[in-house]
Amino acid sequence: MIAHLPALQVIIPLVSAPLCALLPAGRAVWLAAMTASWLAFLIAVLLLDRVLAHGPISYLMGGWPVPWGIEYRVDALNAFVLLIVAAIGAVVITFGREIVERRIRLPESKQSWFYTAYMLCLTGLLGITITGDAFNVFVFLEISSLSSYVLISIGRDRRALTAAYQYLIMGTIGATFILIGIGLLYVMTGTLNMGDLAARIPAVADTRTIHAAFAFLTVGVCLKLALFPLHLWLPNAYAYAPSVVTAFLAATATKVAIYVLLRFFFTIFGATFSFETMELDRVLLPLALVGIFSASVVAIFQDNVKRMLAYSSVAQIGYMILGISLVSVTGLTASISHLFNHALMKGALFMALGCVSFRVGAAKLERMAGVGRTMPWTMGAFVIGGLSLIGVPLTAGFVSKWYLVVGALEKGWWPVAVLVLITSLLAVIYVWRVVEVAYFKPAPAGQVVREAPLALLIPTWALALANLYFGLDTSLNVGVARRAAEMLLGVGP
Amino acid sequence: MIDGLNPALVLVCGSLLALLIPQGLLRSGFLLALPALSLIQLLGLPDGQYAQIELFRLTLTTLRLDGLSFAFALVFHLAALLAVIYAWNLRDPVQQVAGLLYPGAALGAVLAGDLVTLFICWELAAVSSVFLIWARRTERAYRAGLRYLVVQVGSGVLLLAGIIVHIQATGSAAFEHLGLDSPGATLILVAFGIKAAFPLLHNWLQDAYPEATVTGTVVLSAFTTKMAIYALARGFAGTEMLIAIGTLMAMFPIFFAVIENDLRRVLAYSMNNQLGFMVVGIGIGTPLALDGAVAHAFADILFKALLFMSMGAVLLRAGTVNGSQLGGLYKSMPLTTVFCIVGAASISAFPLFSAFVTKSLILEAAAQEGHWVAFLFLLFASAGVFHHAGIKIPYFAFFAHDSGIRCREAPNHMLIAMGIAAALCIGIGVFPDALYAILPYPVAFDPYTTTHVIAQLQLLTWSALAFSVLVRTGIYPPELRSVNLDFDWFYRRLLPAASTRVWTLALRGWEAFNAGVTRRVEALIAVLSRHHGPHGLLAATWPSGSMVLWAVLLLGVCLVFYYL
Repeated sequence: MIAHLPALQVIIPLVSAPLCALLPAGRAVWLAAMTASWLAFLIAVLLLDRVLAHGPISYLMGGWPVPWGIEYRVDALNAFVLLIVAAIGAVVITFGREIVERRIRLPESKQSWFYTAYMLCLTGLLGITITGDAFNVFVFLEISSLSSYVLISIGRDRRALTAAYQYLIMGTIGATFILIGIGLLYVMTGTLNMGDLAARIPAVADTRTIHAAFAFLTVGVCLKLALFPLHLWLPNAYAYAPSVVTAFLAATATKVAIYVLLRFFFTIFGATFSFETMELDRVLLPLALVGIFSASVVAIFQDNVKRMLAYSSVAQIGYMILGISLVSVTGLTASISHLFNHALMKGALFMALGCVSFRVGAAKLERMAGVGRTMPWTMGAFVIGGLSLIGVPLTAGFVSKWYLVVGALEKGWWPVAVLVLITSLLAVIYVWRVVEVAYFKPAPAGQVVREAPLALLIPTWALALANLYFGLDTSLNVGVARRAAEMLLGVGP
Repeated sequence: MIDGLNPALVLVCGSLLALLIPQGLLRSGFLLALPALSLIQLLGLPDGQYAQIELFRLTLTTLRLDGLSFAFALVFHLAALLAVIYAWNLRDPVQQVAGLLYPGAALGAVLAGDLVTLFICWELAAVSSVFLIWARRTERAYRAGLRYLVVQVGSGVLLLAGIIVHIQATGSAAFEHLGLDSPGATLILVAFGIKAAFPLLHNWLQDAYPEATVTGTVVLSAFTTKMAIYALARGFAGTEMLIAIGTLMAMFPIFFAVIENDLRRVLAYSMNNQLGFMVVGIGIGTPLALDGAVAHAFADILFKALLFMSMGAVLLRAGTVNGSQLGGLYKSMPLTTVFCIVGAASISAFPLFSAFVTKSLILEAAAQEGHWVAFLFLLFASAGVFHHAGIKIPYFAFFAHDSGIRCREAPNHMLIAMGIAAALCIGIGVFPDALYAILPYPVAFDPYTTTHVIAQLQLLTWSALAFSVLVRTGIYPPELRSVNLDFDWFYRRLLPAASTRVWTLALRGWEAFNAGVTRRVEALIAVLSRHHGPHGLLAATWPSGSMVLWAVLLLGVCLVFYYL
């Protein structure tokens, strides 16, 4: 059983998806999906534990040897990302039942399909992360993308449909680019296994084909992870999707895309080829900086809080890419730990916002007036998430920003460090706008708002408290991230 | 006795708890029990390091007991007990709490084994002590308290900066010998120096202490400066520079003390002078000298408390402590007079009184190490002490010309406190070995040799003679209602006057600059909002085609970039 953990990690959510479709809407289907999600989380914890204790795990699907069969390969990096995805998946589905029942545009008879799509999306994200086969990445990418288009399109706002459609177009282009990239690699090397690819690419590295594959992969992956200026699909998709879906996707989908970027450019192409021969950092660094700055400023001017947080996500992705383009252990540690920390903070923020719109009916800023007094617990969680987003000490967000600044200073790039600090101030502004309206503006006359139900509050607060906990005890989010960073750069044990 | 409990916590927590107890005998009794309990706790703890906590990879030793810290902790308890007895009938909750919170903080500082705890106690002492000044509830006291607070917190900030530099460079927070060469030591030394009232850093003392309440001054005189003396002895023992500083400290206040009218301010100056002796001892740094500094701090706390208590009693009964308005009080307050004379004899180092057996340790050490200049100056300063504190205080308060004030004797609890302090002063003078036994280093010194006693008596006799001649011939500066200018004139009068002009100009410039910046920022926000606002280019929903265009464009750029 223990030996098959890598396979179970994907199979349990995969099998639960059709099961959900068969169950009637209501409590039963929710319980099934939740059980599967928490099982997946348990498996992710066990995997991470084993990887940290015994080193990377290689699992051969169906016993077929590499390079003919598909290998699942778990090391410190993807065990960590698996943990993030599975944890958020489990917490969000626990949170989701009431929202699914009342706040999405599906008749009650069809609500089971929501859980099917959700579990498929989770399957896809876990699969991308765990597999050691490049083509398999594409397959799971399509599974997760297609199901996420469905999930976005069932938002109550009718604009959710166009948002999902645009995401569909852009996501498909991204996936196609990735597929083209993988295909070109296959043409040159004759293999799809990542380990094999890494071993064979150096021999043919200096060819136009490999360069073209590199370019397609760069753009394809950056589209999926919404790097500025390829982020344009993201704000609407996040803003108009149901809040459950937004919380889930914001905390996981882009993280997995960043994982893919790390995997392709550090493991398969190798850091030396990617950053010294191809100088990938010269593409990433300016886009990351412009993205951080521009998206933060846009967030300040937004009226729709959900859309504001979506733009803030674009900025936060910029921080992660910035850390990667430092190409140092500290920089990568910052990026990888920010995957985790950002999942915590955005998860908490979008869930708190979900609580607000559950009671108020919208995520518009002006509708949130006085909510701080009527929904104190919800807004408490929002404020904690916001502090973490700003990077206030003693929160998780501070930890990754600290390493990012240290990494920039190590390289002597102090203007970058200054910019990171300035953009943190921009985050203060947009978080403060919400706090000001929620706490200092009187509620509109006649509006009766109650605190969100406990079923929503408990998962939200679990993530909010995690933001505080991991701001103090950094052995997981920084310790594992550092090990992963050392592994990627080949300097670690 | 509770194992490993910090006695300072008993005082700090207890003083706050006291607020819950109804005002009256019950509360006074509780306040008295606190230092007694804390003292029992202190005596029950063997030497060692306790309550170590790990914080941010630093090991903090919040309680360290060794010879040096024990001597200070013991005398701090005595002083706290005396102050509580002295304030037995006081019904002001502010003074009651501050009167034990502040000693608790100072106690925490001398028991701290690491710099972080030291800093926390350092600041707590600063903040809690200012209430003893504000408790007088006059405008003058309020302003003096503010000035005091600024200086004290400034010392704390310097200390913090120095500590940060030190921990960054060495990775250790332990509070051991620092020396001038260790990183951050200069900042730390200045921070200590402010609290120890080094020359030119001293004005807060003469400024604030005489403005505090009757009890407040007694409490204040015991802790802040001695805490700094402890810190210097711990961190900077044997730093040559301190000999010169200490000598200067012992010398200059004499002249100010001679012409000062407010008798409590005279005592504040004399405090400075006594601290000078201790700083010299620390600067010499030999075991004998350090013992001398610690012993003198011990004795000084007691006799200075006694003197301040007697002046407090005078202030309470006669309503003033201005030398020009007092005189002849010995008829009304005979016991207070006796106690004051005991204190005066102690500070003047009469044989059989406390300072005689402690100060001579320092002088002996200076002679042994060949610091003759310092030795001679200290000798002169000893004569000066007798002059301004030993004779002047009792003479002008209780004798001199009869001012006609007829008041009652000090209340009983004050007399008891003064009596205990006087007994301790004499006790130390008569049985010096009891004090020598608790000093950090073993002492093999006998103050009562014939030459020593005779030399001291000669010094005192000549000093007394000089005073008598000067007073008789009318040359002695009369007690006038006057304001004497000290160094603080420069920063309290000259600097503000000069800066007002500069300030006006700067303000005008700033306003113009501000207006310009505001205009620019508004313009910038307008531009940003045009592009980033909800309907701006960067925030708008784009047609799918444009999105794809960007993707293709980036792919093209990447291809070209990688191919080249």
